Amino acid sequence: MEGNTDFAIIDNYLCIRMPKEIDQHHATHIRQRADELLVDEKVKNVVFDFENTTFMDSSGIGIIIGRYRKISCFGGKVYGIHANERITRMLKTSGMHSVIEIIV
Amino acid sequence: MKKEMQLEFDANSENEALARVVIAAFMTNLDPTLDEIQDVKTAVSEAVTNAIIHGYQKKDGKVCMKARLEDTMLKIDVIDKGVGIEDVQQAMQPLYTSKPEEERSGMGFSFMEAFMDELSVESKVGEGTTVHMEKQLKKSENRLR
Repeated sequence: MEGNTDFAIIDNYLCIRMPKEIDQHHATHIRQRADELLVDEKVKNVVFDFENTTFMDSSGIGIIIGRYRKISCFGGKVYGIHANERITRMLKTSGMHSVIEIIV
Repeated sequence: MKKEMQLEFDANSENEALARVVIAAFMTNLDPTLDEIQDVKTAVSEAVTNAIIHGYQKKDGKVCMKARLEDTMLKIDVIDKGVGIEDVQQAMQPLYTSKPEEERSGMGFSFMEAFMDELSVESKVGEGTTVHMEKQLKKSENRLR
């Protein structure tokens, strides 16, 4: 369903399939669920999958920075995959490429 | 050519998407590029989010979005009657956020500035905030006049 976010644990990675549109409205749920899973499943790394995402505002940046802060002190890494050109540009212009590895 | 629209809606985060759809529809008959639409949608999303979570502190209220097209110049006002901003200059600094616990990135005004040509903010504590943005859209051959 459109707007849905999927969460999956694969090895030591929490994979988050981001919704079609990422704004403050969707961000609250994503943050809460991601943090629950990070604690419950004790995973180290987070992968944000932007394959379905066509829109993102600064709320998306907030989600990434927040998860980075939570896992980086334990040596975890944050990855961004399948981002389209625009989202890649937004991640870069907001300095996110220094905290997440963007894999096209 | 001159066109105007005005939309008033509840300060509810669900309506961020509504505001984006409406502004995209409003500019459609100018035959904008996909990038132009995305730029404007992003800027509107930032302004409306600010009105909801900062202006009204997630309490009830109404957000008003006014838009005007003067030929290919798009002018947008996002208005709230919320708490207002004490120090507008500080609020507009990149990475500044008054709500770190909400995980706001502090990039809202920076994105508005980056994606629009003009940005100005008027605010009075206790009375509310008006964000004014302008963007010159590219001229297009097959644009309806």
